[in-house]
Amino acid sequence: MVAQPDDPPLIAARGLTKHFGDFTAVDGIDVEVRRGEAFGFLGPNGAGKSSTMRMIGCVSPPSGGTLRVLGMDPITHGSQIRGRLGVVPQRDTLDEELTVRENILVYGRYFGLPRSVIRERATELLEFAQLSERADELVEPLSGGMKRRLTIARSLVNEPELLMLDEPTTGLDPQARHALWDRLFRLKRSGVTLVLTTHYMDEAEQLCDRLVVMDGGRIVAEGSPRQLISEHSTREVLELRLATDDHELYEAKVSDLATRVEVLPDRLLLYTDDGDAAAKIVHERGLAPLSTLVRRATLEDVFLHLTGRTLID
Amino acid sequence: MSALERSPRGGAVQRLGRMVPFPAGASMARALVERNIRAYRSRWITLVSGLFEPVFYLFSLGVGLGALIGQVDAGGGRMIEYAAYVAPALMAAAAMNGAIFDATFNVFFKLKYTKLYESVLATPLGPRDVAVGEIAWALLRGSLYSTTFLLVVAVSGMARSWWAVLAIPTATLIGFAFASAGMALTTFMRSWQDFEYVNISILPMFLFSATFFPLSTYPEALQWVVQATPLYHGASLVRSLMLGDVGVGLVVHVLYLVMMGLVGITFAARRVERLLLT
Repeated sequence: MVAQPDDPPLIAARGLTKHFGDFTAVDGIDVEVRRGEAFGFLGPNGAGKSSTMRMIGCVSPPSGGTLRVLGMDPITHGSQIRGRLGVVPQRDTLDEELTVRENILVYGRYFGLPRSVIRERATELLEFAQLSERADELVEPLSGGMKRRLTIARSLVNEPELLMLDEPTTGLDPQARHALWDRLFRLKRSGVTLVLTTHYMDEAEQLCDRLVVMDGGRIVAEGSPRQLISEHSTREVLELRLATDDHELYEAKVSDLATRVEVLPDRLLLYTDDGDAAAKIVHERGLAPLSTLVRRATLEDVFLHLTGRTLID
Repeated sequence: MSALERSPRGGAVQRLGRMVPFPAGASMARALVERNIRAYRSRWITLVSGLFEPVFYLFSLGVGLGALIGQVDAGGGRMIEYAAYVAPALMAAAAMNGAIFDATFNVFFKLKYTKLYESVLATPLGPRDVAVGEIAWALLRGSLYSTTFLLVVAVSGMARSWWAVLAIPTATLIGFAFASAGMALTTFMRSWQDFEYVNISILPMFLFSATFFPLSTYPEALQWVVQATPLYHGASLVRSLMLGDVGVGLVVHVLYLVMMGLVGITFAARRVERLLLT
């Protein structure tokens, strides 16, 4: 399913705002998501990603601005919209009083689907989530990765047009994360529109066609991962470790070699389009670094540049 | 497709679910009732144990203690066996207790710990479906208890009239009133300690709402207090039906319980919305 340019957007937000008392969680954002896209909300904790997702999922009324999901208004058509969405919340909300299979069967009934249809889909979805062998066991003893896969399988029971994933792989081990990404890739290929939040940059680079970076309730950057890197970072990064306790002393000696220099406790980051050339000059100047590393700039560099290195809790 | 799914038990869930009439605006509530029936399949013993409590009370107090008490005034100077006097009250109290248990403890657990309603509200179901679904389930469970109890009463010869059949829908109405009010109050609970308030209000009602002894034993001032409690109206209604004392006066009891239920369920739905759809 290729998106036609004249297709109406699946999600259209204008000046979307969410207040909780005096606190502004989402501060007037504009977002458009088209059919077939994988769209990401990036940002540190408290940036407003989950609040935005909850508004799109029609479980949190917007405080201001306009929002259309699947062409409808969540305030008046919440139930109809939710019927066509799949939602994977940040924390698993599986029904622990039921078995693995029953979780899908019962969830399907919440969408008013006929039992025979759900039964067939449950078998397919359990296959998809690699849980067929655990189908008739209770949910509680499953591992974190299995529960996550079941939550995703459950969210697909109504064959949603739009799948909303709030930090889908947070807290999973690397194997489980890759297994999940593989499932999400397959969904994307089959034409499901994905909207996800994450603070893992590799996840965003792997999965998202387009993303926005949020900070303090606002959108601070928007584009494809490649675009964001080229707009907000240089092509390469030279990491310099020097024989000193205070790297700040050396900042002035290399600042002409890069577009931007960042001082970390144990190294200097030189943002430059040609890392090798810069490294050569560093050596010529007799700075004698303990080590040099030239790498491609990543989304993580963009992210940290835009949202800062201060820890946010 | 598992064997379990095709078994007659699957069909029973379906039929039970269909039996419950759902009001407009809560048509999806049925799915939540089905969910609860499924969840109880694996712990049916907790369901069955509820059948025995009122029956034990009936034989201990009604029959055992009743032998010492002899006859009591059922109103208007008509004397009846103590067992026949206390049986209707026990039925009404059982309906109250069953409804309160499901609509308070169980709802609180789902609201606070299992986050069931969060996942439910991400689907087409809304807060009204949640309130109606949970209360309908409490009533379904309560009806099972009251039907069994009435059978025991009838077999033991404690029911005096065919009007007693109406005690079953009456017990459901009592359950509706208490489940709705109970669920509404549960949305305000912060911890398990708050449930002591439930116990503190339910136990005296169980003991003093003209359940075990007639209203006429109270001094005039206290009679008004007793008559204000919902269980008094429930117990009086069931008692009148079982004794065949049917009159227009019963409408007051019915209206009281209907109003309590409607206010409770409306309030419960609003509170679920305010708590979860923020």
